[in-house]
Amino acid sequence: MATKGPMQDPIVDPMIDPRTGEYAVIAPGHTFKSVTQKIAGIVLTSNTPLGWFFGLVVGAGVAQGLVIGCTWLFLKGTGIWGVTIPGAWGFAIINFVWWIGIGHAGTLISAILLLFKQTWRNSINRFAEAMTIFAVCCAGLFPLIHVGRPWLAYWLFPYPNTMNVWPQFRSPLAWDVFAVSTYASISVIFWYMGMIPDFGTLRDRATMPLAKYFYGMLSLGWRGSTRHWIRYESASLLLAGLSTPLVLSVHTVISFDFAVAALAGWHTTIFPPYFVAGAIYSGFAMVITLAIPIRKFYHLEDLVTLRHLDNMAKVMLGTGLIVGYGYGMEVFMAWYSASHWEFFMMWNRMFGPMGWAYWILILTNLAIPLTTLWSRKLRVNVAYLFILSFIINTGMWFERFVIVVTSLYREYLPSSWGTYRATKWDYMIYVGTLGMFTFLFFLFVRFLPMIPMSEIRMMLPQTKVTPGGAKAKTVSEESA
Amino acid sequence: MPPREGIYGLLAEFNTPSELVHATKEAHRAGYRRMECYTPYPVEEAAEALHFHKTRVPLVCLLGGLMGVTTAFLMETWVNVWAYPLNIAGRPLESWPAFIIPAYEWTILFAGFSACFGMIALNGLPQLYHPVFNAPNFRNGATTDKFFLCLEATDPMFSPAESRAFLEQFPAVSVVEVDH
Repeated sequence: MATKGPMQDPIVDPMIDPRTGEYAVIAPGHTFKSVTQKIAGIVLTSNTPLGWFFGLVVGAGVAQGLVIGCTWLFLKGTGIWGVTIPGAWGFAIINFVWWIGIGHAGTLISAILLLFKQTWRNSINRFAEAMTIFAVCCAGLFPLIHVGRPWLAYWLFPYPNTMNVWPQFRSPLAWDVFAVSTYASISVIFWYMGMIPDFGTLRDRATMPLAKYFYGMLSLGWRGSTRHWIRYESASLLLAGLSTPLVLSVHTVISFDFAVAALAGWHTTIFPPYFVAGAIYSGFAMVITLAIPIRKFYHLEDLVTLRHLDNMAKVMLGTGLIVGYGYGMEVFMAWYSASHWEFFMMWNRMFGPMGWAYWILILTNLAIPLTTLWSRKLRVNVAYLFILSFIINTGMWFERFVIVVTSLYREYLPSSWGTYRATKWDYMIYVGTLGMFTFLFFLFVRFLPMIPMSEIRMMLPQTKVTPGGAKAKTVSEESA
Repeated sequence: MPPREGIYGLLAEFNTPSELVHATKEAHRAGYRRMECYTPYPVEEAAEALHFHKTRVPLVCLLGGLMGVTTAFLMETWVNVWAYPLNIAGRPLESWPAFIIPAYEWTILFAGFSACFGMIALNGLPQLYHPVFNAPNFRNGATTDKFFLCLEATDPMFSPAESRAFLEQFPAVSVVEVDH
């Protein structure tokens, strides 16, 4: 802890800053050149590690589930899924909400933490943003394939047509189209804009003509001019300021899909904050799932340090507590509302035929993470965090399952009660999106700079400008 | 475009941001105005030394946002009131509170696009060719670890010999001429 003085607790670990007792954000001893070489080397190397090909092939192989599942779906229709009445919403919406939620951590890291001047985020923001975009790709598939006639999915958008039919803007489903498409667009331009200076670096360091051409085009001719940098920083800050309300609004709008419906278990005002907190919770878990193998595989422990893992675990603890509050409030309101239907819904959710799903959710989302994340030892235990990140994402998937299915399958009239059972096609498409996500992520780490080089340079002690143009040596001496 | 004569400017290379900022300040004090710093990451002190403070990116972003909110609101009103009126549970056709949400999203969409593309346009990008790329040492360092100051030949103060002497009084790694 920060209060422990270095005197009582002699620190031998070079990664621990003796002044604060915290893990350093970047390992000491790095220079502008060393961080650039490290990050650009991953992209520009001619020796692609074999493990990369292995991961890419595994991702592509699993993604075949999506290809096969969607092909059959388009041939036969949504009848091959487990959706029926009363469970009219099944895996498609569960997976949609789950994937979009995962994306939220990327925007939180790139936007909200930038506004809060949390410079530690610089190391992880690029691949968290990439994660956001790929997660939104996976999420966006589900509403499209769920509409039944996916070739007519463009009817969702307002466009002049010969039928003179337009969207109905009082519906949360129409809001969703706007929220998710805006989210995807802004995430992509924020991501691309962040990479422009790094593309310039890659263009200048590339030796292969094709790479020079490719990165040169993408860099738009970036030359690091100070006037450009100032406008660039201004635009980054503005985009961060715009993305912050955006990211909070996206899951809010998605929660309206449920909250606006007059169904016990959905019709509640706690949904927007509880959905957003859950989204960030699962998103940080996914960042950890990705960051731990990447830093190990590419030897990036210097740049993605235990400090990052510790901080992310703290964010998970905080958002996990909000999620826990949401669960508590749902139970409380079931009793306090004095509504028979609410009460029955909650009883059925806990002890009905699908009660097991609720208890899995409580175990994986609350019991395991929220008891252990208080311990700093466990927060910096890489193996534990890696396993925990899977546990949390399982829990978050079950949260969506519980909300969607257990509210629907036993609604008001007992005569219309039914059950929900996912089919193999549901599972195949879901697992297929995991493969697609993996595949896209492997492509990303190979061909794009996964850590923002210009932002890492800004975190080095050498950036300190001393008046009068004093020698660089004194700068590094001061920081030592 | 008439053929350009002479050189584009003189490019001094520095190892540290402090040396760059110092040289830039001195150049400004000496009366140079048409000059530019090139750094591998944003150096705010260099912008101060150049007396470059104001950008129009926020204005472009604001205009984009206003355009987005207006477009979305007018479109929703036109669609749901005139083009395709539907009675949804007896709610008014002009249900403006419900229209806020898509309008809010489009405010962000238009403002974000304006900020990004406005920044690119104000920077004059994409511009794949620029004279500084001709300097032999520029691409080796400007996007990695070196700091450059370029005094441009269009500056009234500029003279190849005197400006070179001016730049050489600083601990520059090198001072080279940049061709067009």
